[in-house]
Amino acid sequence: MGARAAAIPMQPGSAPVRAHEPTLQQIWAWLAGVTDPEIPVLSVVDLGIVRDLQWQEAPSGRELILTWTPTYSGCPAVEVINADMKAALVAHGVGNVRLKLQLSPAWTTDWITPAGRQKLRVYGIAPPACGACVAREIVAGMARRMPAVECPRCGSRHTHCLSPAGSTRCKALYACDDCLEPFDYFKPH
Amino acid sequence: MPSAKFEYLLRLGDTVLVLSQRLSEWCGRGPVLEEDMALANTGLDLLGHARMWLTYAGEVEGKGRDEDALAYLRDDAAFRNMLLVERPNGNYADTLTRQFFFDAWHRLALAELVKSSDSTVAGIAGKALKEVEYHFQRSTDLIIRLGGGTDYSHRLMQAAVDEFWPYTGELFECDAVDQEMIVLDVGFDARSLRAPWLATVANTLETATLVSPPADAWMHKGGRTGVHTQALSYLLGEMQVLPRRYPGAQW
Repeated sequence: MGARAAAIPMQPGSAPVRAHEPTLQQIWAWLAGVTDPEIPVLSVVDLGIVRDLQWQEAPSGRELILTWTPTYSGCPAVEVINADMKAALVAHGVGNVRLKLQLSPAWTTDWITPAGRQKLRVYGIAPPACGACVAREIVAGMARRMPAVECPRCGSRHTHCLSPAGSTRCKALYACDDCLEPFDYFKPH
Repeated sequence: MPSAKFEYLLRLGDTVLVLSQRLSEWCGRGPVLEEDMALANTGLDLLGHARMWLTYAGEVEGKGRDEDALAYLRDDAAFRNMLLVERPNGNYADTLTRQFFFDAWHRLALAELVKSSDSTVAGIAGKALKEVEYHFQRSTDLIIRLGGGTDYSHRLMQAAVDEFWPYTGELFECDAVDQEMIVLDVGFDARSLRAPWLATVANTLETATLVSPPADAWMHKGGRTGVHTQALSYLLGEMQVLPRRYPGAQW
């Protein structure tokens, strides 16, 4: 259970909880078990894809509204992630789920939780350490003065970018000048 | 008569859809692996934008057409993309020059659309803008490197600049559809983007030791009203073949 999930308060004014209806905290915990198919150490909660959960009255009975936001517009994992979230909830008896797309505010790597960043590092992907402030500097044409990216294997800051386009849309390919290993860098966005 | 807003959204959606399809033609054929991945990633972003624009266009139209119906089941004359993006890929200098001219416009356009009074338009634009800044940075870098590269790369780059220049006039058109969107505070006046676009492009081309063609050169027109080159027909033939041949096919 991530720190973020625990910090989500019950929404004031939401419909009262019914008997046998899972609490929103419980649902956050279940969603924390749904992982990104391309970065299987990160859950949809770690990534900040799930923005909000609400129970709501609907003609079909009580309905869970799951508000989500895409990471990158063209991320091919999105449909798999959405299907996986629904399947996980169905497996826990929450069958009446509606996914609600939220585009604004646009997703940023700043929303990746501290726990998620640590999981990335352990997995061998350098996390987007300084957040989206760095992304803005990159696009302002100062890419060559970016703060050094730390090698997730040996911790060295003597690293360099091999290719801004990496194995997936969200990653760049880097190499370490000390341990000589190549590694993925999750680009600040 | 389709609404101006529907037309406006088709222009946005079709333009990025067609460019995405063009870029996907490079997939597996890039000059080096990193370039192959970068172009595919750029195409993927643009496809994501196209899906959002066309989904919203279908909602605005209100006739039950979704993104797939709009992308796969319209003929060439119903497409509203700008001519620049349907031009064939050519060599790598051609592809990058087309991309650079487009990226330099795209970021300016999205920065205007972020201010739209229509919250869906503003939301899509805000999402897309973050990604397009990366596209623009990348294509700018490559124009400079190839323009100032070898004699051969310089020659190909200058030929590409001269080839695509007459297709850039359409980026700054403003017709009755645009006017209506400006009045409703949904869209922007593209004419206002011309000066900043020319300044950015001239600056980059100069750094790349390339010569800017005259700003008042004769320009092709028609894509935004459905008058296309035959290049679009071939592109759609390939893109649409599966849903047309097997109606209702599911992945």
